[in-house]
Amino acid sequence: MTAVDERAGDGVTDEARAEETLREAERSAMETVRHGLRLSPEFRHGLAGTLALAVLATLGKIIVPIAVQQVIDRGLDGGTPDVPFIRNAVLLCAVAVLLTALCGYLMNVRLYRSTESGLATLRGKGFRHVHDLSVLTQNSERRGALVSRVTGDVDQISAFMQWGGLTIIIAVGQLVVATALMAVFSWRLTLLVWVCFLPVMIVLPRFQRMVSRAYTRVREWAGDVLAAVSESVVGSAVIRAYGSEDRTAERIDRAVIGQRRAQTRAQMIIGFTFPTTEMVAAVAVAGVIVLGVHLGVAGSITQGRLIAFLFLITLFISPLQTATEVLNEAQNAIAGWRRVLGVLDTPADVADPADGVTLPRGPISVAFERVGFAYPGGPPVLHDVSVEITPGTRMAVVGETGSGKTTFAKLLTRLMDPTSGRILVDGVDLREVSFSSLRERIVMVPQDGFLFDASLADNIRFGRPSASDEEIRLALTELGLADWLDGLPAGLDTPVGQRGESLSAGERQLVALARAYLADPDLLLLDEATSAVDPATEVRLARALDSVTRGRTAVSIAHRLSTAEAADEVLVFQHGRIVQRGPHAELVEQDGVYADLHASWASAIGS
Amino acid sequence: MSKESTESKESEESRESEKSEESKAPARSVMLQGFRVIGVAVRAEPGVFTAAVLASALYGGMTVASSWALGWATDHAVLPAFRDGGEAATGALLLAALFIVGVAVLKAAGVMGRRILAGVMQYRMQARSRREVTRQYLRLPLAWHHRHPTGQLLSNANSDVEAAWGPLAPLPMAVGVIVMLVTAAVAIVLVDPVLALVGFLIFPAIALLNLVYQRRLSPLAMRAQRLRAEVSEVAHESFDGALVVKTLGREDAEAARFQARADELRDANIAVGRVRGLFDPLLEALPTLGVLAVLLVGAARLESGSLATGDLVQVSYLFTLLAWPIRALGWVLAELPRSVVGWSRVRDVLDATGSMAYGTASLDGAGPARVTAENVRYGYDPGAPVLRDVSFRVEPGRTVAVVGPTGSGKSTLTQLLARLIDPDVGVVRIDGTDLRDVAKGGVSGAVALVLQQTFLFDDTVRGNVTLGLDVPDEKIWAALRLAQAEGFVSALRSGLDTRVGERGASLSGGQRQRLALARALVREPRLLILDDATSSVDPQVEKRILHGLREESAESTVVVVAYRMATIALADEVVYLEQGTVVDHGPHDELLARCEGYRALVTAYEREEAERADALDEVVDESFDSDEEVVA
Repeated sequence: MTAVDERAGDGVTDEARAEETLREAERSAMETVRHGLRLSPEFRHGLAGTLALAVLATLGKIIVPIAVQQVIDRGLDGGTPDVPFIRNAVLLCAVAVLLTALCGYLMNVRLYRSTESGLATLRGKGFRHVHDLSVLTQNSERRGALVSRVTGDVDQISAFMQWGGLTIIIAVGQLVVATALMAVFSWRLTLLVWVCFLPVMIVLPRFQRMVSRAYTRVREWAGDVLAAVSESVVGSAVIRAYGSEDRTAERIDRAVIGQRRAQTRAQMIIGFTFPTTEMVAAVAVAGVIVLGVHLGVAGSITQGRLIAFLFLITLFISPLQTATEVLNEAQNAIAGWRRVLGVLDTPADVADPADGVTLPRGPISVAFERVGFAYPGGPPVLHDVSVEITPGTRMAVVGETGSGKTTFAKLLTRLMDPTSGRILVDGVDLREVSFSSLRERIVMVPQDGFLFDASLADNIRFGRPSASDEEIRLALTELGLADWLDGLPAGLDTPVGQRGESLSAGERQLVALARAYLADPDLLLLDEATSAVDPATEVRLARALDSVTRGRTAVSIAHRLSTAEAADEVLVFQHGRIVQRGPHAELVEQDGVYADLHASWASAIGS
Repeated sequence: MSKESTESKESEESRESEKSEESKAPARSVMLQGFRVIGVAVRAEPGVFTAAVLASALYGGMTVASSWALGWATDHAVLPAFRDGGEAATGALLLAALFIVGVAVLKAAGVMGRRILAGVMQYRMQARSRREVTRQYLRLPLAWHHRHPTGQLLSNANSDVEAAWGPLAPLPMAVGVIVMLVTAAVAIVLVDPVLALVGFLIFPAIALLNLVYQRRLSPLAMRAQRLRAEVSEVAHESFDGALVVKTLGREDAEAARFQARADELRDANIAVGRVRGLFDPLLEALPTLGVLAVLLVGAARLESGSLATGDLVQVSYLFTLLAWPIRALGWVLAELPRSVVGWSRVRDVLDATGSMAYGTASLDGAGPARVTAENVRYGYDPGAPVLRDVSFRVEPGRTVAVVGPTGSGKSTLTQLLARLIDPDVGVVRIDGTDLRDVAKGGVSGAVALVLQQTFLFDDTVRGNVTLGLDVPDEKIWAALRLAQAEGFVSALRSGLDTRVGERGASLSGGQRQRLALARALVREPRLLILDDATSSVDPQVEKRILHGLREESAESTVVVVAYRMATIALADEVVYLEQGTVVDHGPHDELLARCEGYRALVTAYEREEAERADALDEVVDESFDSDEEVVA
């Protein structure tokens, strides 16, 4: 129990964190639906026709009661059956049944087509918008939440449209036509039936809340089970190394048993609510018979109508029995919709300018003018940074972890915008450069060389989709990686696995580097891009980079000071400021941060 | 690298076999196998199953009884009253009402029991299988884990278990429906054999139509399910790679890739909708047509006097009641193919054999351990050994650096020393004892391995460091101090009791590594093995850690995998590996002098620097030359 409470607590704070920047306007259900329909016009496409078909389809439900009533009151009136009348009536009804079935088919197909088309578009819009959001909004903690905005949340809407939504239409239609026909037969009996069912309808929302709470518990435990099970798989080496099999087994048991209990509890609640309707229906039937006979004796209802009433009461059962589940789904769907809309409503904080400037090709100059940056709600991490990088310079950026190096890189590639000051490339404010031009000319190789689950060639081609295999091979050769490529089992066709996990961390970095190089940028920004490569390879790579960055502007954030030694100039960051700048040879002679860093590095490599 | 690529190959194979399993199989044998799976559950939970079936039978019987009650009421209360218009019917009327309500109460009890017990049975079986499967995961040797992709093992314990026991939810209802049908058949035959004929035509037709429906629907629904997973995979991958997508300006291409999948899913869902849209109204129409047929035939029978009006009402009402439950038969049958596949995958795990055998020896000796490897050979694939003929010896209290290029087998060696895996050939000994002869828990009690890939449990800092070991807080803090984790842990909101989140999500890579290190240190192991365990830690912090270890490690023998000179410099001796064999073993200085591969690896940076210095000199010379020219 405590485990769940804690988890729930964590979940709340996670969500709260996720909602800090993902706007989730507190919309009411109606507003959500209205806003959602505005964004997905497909839903309304042909809706009138679909609803008309739905009305016709539900009319099929009252055919049997009418037929029974007609047969008893007119066909059997006077003791001997009027067989020709009954035959005609039955045939007419049969035709009506087939027609309403056809209406049902057409309604279903139309409904599926319009809703699924709308949802596919909604998914696509949501996905695109997530990519438009800045790295601040899509940082790693929120990534899971963002994925579920375009998958699970939309699935919930889809599930509702396919079952719950349809059920609501049919159920409401069923109740309306049944009531209408009942009222025609006898208003007093109709009143009696509603008096019986009304209490059920009134307590239904309360039941639904109970069911919904119970399901929430089940979901929480299911999350615990998933986490516990995956620990036993992903952590198998640690578990063995520390002999903690029993401990892990206990954790799994706790989660599995907790889930089982929660499931059973939810099932019990439903198990009790479900048959209640059944019993109420029986009471209604009994009441209708007793009252109906009295009315019949008084001459205000025929026997056929009375018996038809009994058939009509069955139409009340299924809408009420499924109501709790439908309401649950509706609630989930609206919550999902609200979340998807929340993503779409979050403005892209780093946006492609409307009439963006296209930069001409050639080495790029960069100027930071009094740039400051703070993460939302955090202290400033860059203070008043001003620096100019002339075209063709190879600049190394050094500093301790947390000194602002990576922030500097993210600002330079416009993954984020500065909170104060401005950044100019070739004299143009970065915020005015069109995205396509910016991404073409400035390319960053991040430390974590993320790869897609595709072949090696496809991953490198990500940098320039039009590149041929030959060009890719050439790029690898120029980077001095031809030997490595030859050593791979399937060469360029080698699958890299999910997230590139079939390759070692160092190999992933090589691919990421090749990918960026193939993109042929005018400014190449390396963020500790070769940190996981073994020393011998790294040295070779450094040499190759030396030659391929000639004629370009290059900024490399360095974890090894040998990179700094090879660079034209070094920028030294400390506590979010640039504290030193100059060629290695000069800086190393001065007392200061750089000389200290260099001394500690030199002792580490043992020279 | 080699290991992972076999994994991905295996997962491809398993995907293929999944496909073939879906398409193959004559329907009857799947059904038979499915019933066999159900049999497993029935044998496991006979009590619950029996109770559920009895409750469901009550429900089935009472459904038929309710139509009978209505027929009785028609004949004995309603029609006489209308005919006679008298008060005489009051007694019969009340009786009818009581009768109807009484039957409904019993029916409700049946429904309640059926639903709850069906759930209990399904949840119990799921819980049982999950526990059994995960017990296997914990019991089977790491080598078995290496052969099975993570994703597969996770779905074995989750979705496969769910699929295997999926049919249990509608099963009691289906049994109850069979009872219902038999009772109904008897009731109708008793009322009128000719009307019964109509029923015997209609109900098999409904059952058959429903079976066809489920057969058509199930592959489409599974396809939609698979596409839903694929859409989610694409989104996950694309968002995880957001930085790359952004920095290379590939948002549009990614959006197109995602939209293609989303559109496929849309088409799959519409295909599902078309089938549902066709069959649902048909299944609704059939019993309605049945009632109409009853009215038609019944009228003729009334004319001949062999039927009462109440009977007609009873049979019509029965038809409307039966129309829906009869579909439960189809639900069970529809779940069977998935259940068979799921269960066979679960069985593969449960039937996997081979676990580590343990002896009785203990490694309880005091002080640092002596470690020897004798002619050790190990391969993830039998044909391709990762380590060959590895022999070396580490004296108690020594610190040994294992050095070698990527892929030379360093990590595998550390796993052998901690007995996560057993050598194919050769022996690993601690204090002369073959690790295979050590009692269960003995090796992990004496040896602590810090893995290259840090793994934290979704637990508190304390839980992650102690892993259940009873350790006083002072010792935990001491270990944290040594691992340079004291600072950030004491800054956490609840200190040692802070939860680190799933896989330590709330901590940075370096912080996670330091906790993993503390976990090893708190055990004061006799042999401490560090597999590149400080790679994410700042160089300055790493230096402090290593110096601390150096001072404290008199109690431990230390084996450390390293690239960095700083680490190697702290070791007493070096084992140099290349392509799975020990090329050289000895003090760093000696290896530097005599082993070329070693020298090339560890002095790469220095040489680079030297070369750069030379190149610089040349440039300087050149500029001097040009100066001279100018002067000249």
